[in-house]
Amino acid sequence: MIAPDSTTTIDLVARFPSVVTPDTRPGYSGWIVDPAHLTEVATAIRNEFSYDLLSSVTGVDYYPDKMEVVYHAYRTTGGPALVFKVQIPRHNPVVPSVTPIWKGAELQEREAWDLLGIRFEGHPDLRRIFMWEGFAGHPLRKDWKEPFYEEDVKPFKSRWPEGKHLPAEMRTPLQDNLFFPPGFDPEAFSFQDPDQAAYEALRRQHRPTDEDGIQTDVIIINMGPQHPSTHGVFRAAVMLDGETIIGLKPIVGYLHRNHEKIGERNTFLQNMPYTDRLDYFNSMSNNFGYALAVEKLMGIPVAERAEYIRVIMAELSRIQNHLVWFGMMLNDLGAMYTPALYAFEERELILDIFEATAGSRMMCNYFRFGGVARDVSEDTLRKIHDLVHDRLPRKIDEMDRLLTENEVLVSRLKGIGYLSAEDAIRTSMTGPMLRASGVPYDIRRADPYSIYDRFEFDVACHPEGDMYARYQVRMDEVRESIKIIKQALKQIPQGPIMSVKPSYQIKVPPGEAYGRVEAPKGELGFYIVSNGQPNPWRYHVRAPSLINLTSLEMMCIGEKIADFVAILGAVDIVLGELDR
Amino acid sequence: MNPKDINLPGYEIPEELKHVIAITALDRLYNWGRRSSVWPLMFGLACCAIEMIATQAARYDLARFGMEVMRPTPRQADLMIVAGTVTKKMVPAIVRLYNQMPEPKYVLAMGACASSGGPFKEGYNVVAGIDKFLPVDVYVPGCPPTPQALINGLILLQKKIDKESIKQVRWYRKGPDSVAIPIPVLGPDLIDTRRIPDIKAHTLSSTSKTDDQS
Ligand code: SF4
Repeated sequence: MIAPDSTTTIDLVARFPSVVTPDTRPGYSGWIVDPAHLTEVATAIRNEFSYDLLSSVTGVDYYPDKMEVVYHAYRTTGGPALVFKVQIPRHNPVVPSVTPIWKGAELQEREAWDLLGIRFEGHPDLRRIFMWEGFAGHPLRKDWKEPFYEEDVKPFKSRWPEGKHLPAEMRTPLQDNLFFPPGFDPEAFSFQDPDQAAYEALRRQHRPTDEDGIQTDVIIINMGPQHPSTHGVFRAAVMLDGETIIGLKPIVGYLHRNHEKIGERNTFLQNMPYTDRLDYFNSMSNNFGYALAVEKLMGIPVAERAEYIRVIMAELSRIQNHLVWFGMMLNDLGAMYTPALYAFEERELILDIFEATAGSRMMCNYFRFGGVARDVSEDTLRKIHDLVHDRLPRKIDEMDRLLTENEVLVSRLKGIGYLSAEDAIRTSMTGPMLRASGVPYDIRRADPYSIYDRFEFDVACHPEGDMYARYQVRMDEVRESIKIIKQALKQIPQGPIMSVKPSYQIKVPPGEAYGRVEAPKGELGFYIVSNGQPNPWRYHVRAPSLINLTSLEMMCIGEKIADFVAILGAVDIVLGELDR
Repeated sequence: MNPKDINLPGYEIPEELKHVIAITALDRLYNWGRRSSVWPLMFGLACCAIEMIATQAARYDLARFGMEVMRPTPRQADLMIVAGTVTKKMVPAIVRLYNQMPEPKYVLAMGACASSGGPFKEGYNVVAGIDKFLPVDVYVPGCPPTPQALINGLILLQKKIDKESIKQVRWYRKGPDSVAIPIPVLGPDLIDTRRIPDIKAHTLSSTSKTDDQS
């Protein structure tokens, strides 16, 4: 389903003549804003037109002409995006930061600075985010080549049609994935801890107050990247006054595996298995978002039966994600392992279904443009039917009985990690985090994609804004997902599973598209620019795990260090998607 | 314990003493002790770590091999399962963790990424296999390896331990093998301090001038 054109509803040119022009490039939409007036226009977009949720900020390198920064803003009351862009010269890419207007831009602007070298003036803390300070170059620029560079686009000629290639190590000067600028002398190099910058930023932003004239000293401690509570290789520098958190900086990038750079080399279809590895709990949802974006660009429909299969798989994925979240959350609270074992038991049953349909437990690589890769057998459908009608509701009730009223759980979660609705919107929170702050924003309802408009379900929402609300939202969501699957199983028609002939090399017309889905962790968006070639020119993932961290500091300040573990757990991050 | 595991074949023990006496070699006893309680480091890098957790959970139950005690601190662990993509930014921490593990210590490279860089090998922040820094005992292929594959890898590790001899294991030998691995440094790119002469020879030579980077 193609979303209605966003630009028809409001007219920015009428409001800002000579500052804003419509983007008329074929396949593009939205508005181009004069960088000098960006702050003014953005303020109006937020305050006058009430686009309060800035979903995605990213840059595109239109080598060799210019750079572009693309913004997607939404209303939390629902509806399509307002897309606006600024264009800047490549040699001096400077843009005013929109972080003061939408705080949710903070980490995304740092990402654009790190990977594309776009400077955001007025940003409170513009540092590299994924790579370390001191790394040579901005890797997503089109003229920056990685050490193992072979060709601009795939398939590499050495693989196909020639079928012979030298291992990358044999082609590179140091026999390794390394590049050092000419003249660099490793002996003269004096090592400086790249993380000092993060500590300094903390010290700059938080001056401890000394009440009663007593000078207390603060300490900065590091959690991660190897720490059992960080769910992977996440790290945070936490500033403490006694046991109370007074400041916090997430330090990420320990799993930055260059998803976007590789994605811009791959053909469109080759990216599908890579999306599996973003949020590796939910490969089905990731496939979904990417398929939507490319289908939007191609303008093709999706086979009817495939639509239903997609919804069933995405919802199953959400169920197992939330189940694992319950287990891990309880782990973080100290209920070592019992709830997690319960959760993994149910997860295995869902993975069995994925394995039977897609061929793999975790990395499903299941969606294709126009449909899905394989049909679901009657036998599997029956298994799903049994799961959602019998086993899962029973087990979820059991979990509910075991946990929801549990005294320890309630006292560790209630009233802790508070985030108000305004702050949640301002920091671009999405998914269960936003809904637990009382904003009933669910893309499946607010801007329906695929066939979600055909199902009855409630948007889980709790107004308290604390961790207990985040727990309850997820508990409700699992039940709603079961409801959706039950309806989908009733309605699923027979028929083909692809609307077009499957092919390896697809034709994608030039243009841009933003496809987004309500992934279990929040809004997962794919921004894709095609120039008519077999490979995307720009491939950007709007990762909910990363952007949901914008408010981490807000939620932690004033809480005890022991609660940090739980607050972080409640955000539900996954490093594959966070760092990409 | 099964007497077959510990008794050295070829020695006759009278029937009435079989339950109190065993004749064995020191190596055999030592290896039996080690192989039966390999404690892995609770350490996950990426997608493969999720399969590692699944292996530990109820259906696959790693406890059957005495390996379910995942230790969050390296000081209590015997085995590092490198489960996921090794990035340049992360590798100093991984090497440091390895150095902190007491001997005997084993490394299992789980999945394509840890073995060779896998699907992300070409990435600018990716180390093409942990064996560039650590001595790997077992490689488990797959992306991700299924829990069965990981268990198979662990059984292979046990077989490897069975063949060890106290006289030959690397941590009781003199020489460079038993010293800590130097921790790489983050400069303009990842600097493996053991390779400084190579790097210097390359960057200060004229050929490197032809690589042009923005
Ligand atoms: S081998 Fe595959 S599954 Fe494992 S970490 Fe690498 S990409 Fe993820």
